[in-house]
Amino acid sequence: MTKFEYAPAPESRAVVDLKPSYGLFINGQFVDGTGTSFKTISPATEEVLAEVAEASAADVDAAVKAARAAYTRVWSKLSGADRGKYLFRIARILQERAREFAVLETLDNGKPIKESRDVDVPIAAAHFFYHAGWADKLDYASLGPNPRPHGVVGQIIPWNFPMLMLAWKIAPALATGNTVVLKPAETTPLTALLFAEVCQQADLPPGVVNVVTGAGVTGQAIVDHPGIDKIAFTGSTGVGKAIARAIAGTPKKATLELGGKAANIIFDDAPIDQAVEGIINGIFFNQGHVCCAGSRLLVQESIADEVDRRLKRRLQTLRVGDPLDKNTDVGAINSRAQLDRITSLVAAGEAEGAERWDTGCPLPEKGFWFRPTVFTGVSQTHRIAQEEIFGPVVSVLTFRTPSEAVAKANNTPYGLSAGIWTEKGSRILWMADQMRAGVVWANTFNKFDPTSPFGGYKESGYGREGGRHGLAAYVTTGEGA
Amino acid sequence: MSRVEVKKTYKLYVGGAFPRSESGRSYEVADSKGRFLANAALGSRKDARDAVVAARKAQAGWAGATAYNRGQVLYRVAEVMESRKAQFVEEVRAAEGLNPTRAAAAVDAAIDRWVWYAGWSDKFTQVLGGLNPVAGPYFNISAPEPTGVVAVLAPQSSSLLGLVSVVAPVIVSGNTAVVVTSFNRPIPAITLAEALATSDVPGGVVNLVTGNPAEMAPWLASHRDVNAIDLTGVADTDIAWAELERAAADNLKRVRRPLIVDGSAVEPDWTLSPGLSRIESYLETKTVWHPKGK
Repeated sequence: MTKFEYAPAPESRAVVDLKPSYGLFINGQFVDGTGTSFKTISPATEEVLAEVAEASAADVDAAVKAARAAYTRVWSKLSGADRGKYLFRIARILQERAREFAVLETLDNGKPIKESRDVDVPIAAAHFFYHAGWADKLDYASLGPNPRPHGVVGQIIPWNFPMLMLAWKIAPALATGNTVVLKPAETTPLTALLFAEVCQQADLPPGVVNVVTGAGVTGQAIVDHPGIDKIAFTGSTGVGKAIARAIAGTPKKATLELGGKAANIIFDDAPIDQAVEGIINGIFFNQGHVCCAGSRLLVQESIADEVDRRLKRRLQTLRVGDPLDKNTDVGAINSRAQLDRITSLVAAGEAEGAERWDTGCPLPEKGFWFRPTVFTGVSQTHRIAQEEIFGPVVSVLTFRTPSEAVAKANNTPYGLSAGIWTEKGSRILWMADQMRAGVVWANTFNKFDPTSPFGGYKESGYGREGGRHGLAAYVTTGEGA
Repeated sequence: MSRVEVKKTYKLYVGGAFPRSESGRSYEVADSKGRFLANAALGSRKDARDAVVAARKAQAGWAGATAYNRGQVLYRVAEVMESRKAQFVEEVRAAEGLNPTRAAAAVDAAIDRWVWYAGWSDKFTQVLGGLNPVAGPYFNISAPEPTGVVAVLAPQSSSLLGLVSVVAPVIVSGNTAVVVTSFNRPIPAITLAEALATSDVPGGVVNLVTGNPAEMAPWLASHRDVNAIDLTGVADTDIAWAELERAAADNLKRVRRPLIVDGSAVEPDWTLSPGLSRIESYLETKTVWHPKGK
């Protein structure tokens, strides 16, 4: 029988109006930075998308001062109901401009349009809608007596979910009455700058949200700035520890959402076809650029061969390529630096004796790409079983008993997430209890919702984002003995 | 002729046993007027590390006990303290220089604090957790769990009420504790250890190490198998707590900072109503998803 090929189904770029260069968003205006500028590129084509200002320490200082003035003069004096109405406005504008955000996100980040369109942008809007409703109900949130905002919050977000992480950070901060200085990642600044336009359209008071673009130096300037009351960071465990050290002994608070090395555990009674889909969603969603990715697959020994066979067969149907194509399953690796990290860890996996397999699919000539890859014969001490690869690479280990699965799953300094696949209800509940991880997905994986708290145990960081729990990080309360 | 009193040797409380310091050291403890009271064990780095091992060993079992059971055990501590109240009052009076009425009030408050926290054992989960109404066909629930092993620098001034106020909220949720007691006022802590040992608190759940917090705290702050640290006890000491917080970042311990007033660490007013904050400091929220379907 003839095999039918997919016809190209590209999403139009016309909806996006790219400017040749972007400034910083400080006090409600786009201003030129005093530092240098850098280029942001499309990782799928290496095409330069725009020049972006790199915020200097002086620029960060201006942003913090604008945020402080906005906090003192305007935002802290508004009623919760009025703060909420601004957030509702922002949510609505994000919904109205959803396609524009999705296309821009895919251009700048390299993720498939079907993910930016169906996951990142709608959930970002949902976060604003959800938190808008909290703004005038904080006294009912069981946060403690008299919840009050910290003041000015510094927020530093990663490149894997630029718009979604922005929403996770800004929505609760504003709902609780704080003002914000936000730094998007240096490889994905564009949707944050488009969000600044949304703030203007919503008539958000100037200085309530400030966006400073740049790399690590800019982030450090935010962390070190004495006018910052709280840091919210999502990124690597290494940088998270550096932030924790930097603020030690100061009044600054922090929430840290860091790395992970999640176990996705498949028992022999699991619905295998669903589990295979869950494995793929767990590690190949967003090219594996996911802190909670199911990067360690733990398969019960009796079904290991079958899972291996079905997984590899299914992986060969994944479509890797143009992120703007609506049929694409796996897009581009976000940057050359990340591609180099993935390549070097994969080489370490081979050197340490694990068996590497990939789909052998064709890859575009330009841009940064990595084929979906499976390692079998992995032992717990291998680097690919311990270190976060942050790419489309899954390491397969086996186990015999539930207790062994628990021991292996928890054998990591991380503790962000875990997956459990079994038809046995009591085993799901027992396993969920045993996992030292902040999010446990049973017979599903990589689900996110504004009402559902997300965050890690151990070296995956502290604090939660989303739900009633996420509000706690943004308020201070009267305390007892 | 009056009888010659039998004096007690004061030791550490680790893993449910009362060992001497492995270092063989002791130090003189005086009352509030400077008169010799006893020789207490001068805990060492290794004693602190042994206590962490004991706390880790006990943690899963204690967290796995039912909330009802933990509540009864904490209540039992209050019962046992009540029956030794006269001894506690005398020791708090000697340690803190309080008059008998105020010493008795402090002991009463300490006993009542166990009762307060005992009642929380099977309630904080409901208060702090719950079902999340996600936009999809999923059952989604969040619940708090203990973070694990918690190192506690107990307050220097309030030798019993302060100590109980920092230890009870750690263990009520299923954490285990390694406590460095008040350096100059350790005697009520050792008597508390005797109450704990006879209250069905499993060995290793609370470990009390007497000695100098400046000596032991850095090792607890940097210890890789400690999940959280309470720095309350740095108030009124020369300990640079910022250094402890910095060391704690090595494995991202949860840090409960001391109470800061006008830029300095101060000991809280332990007579205030405790609230939930100390329980919450040593909890992790776990969120579980499962699809719904026919």
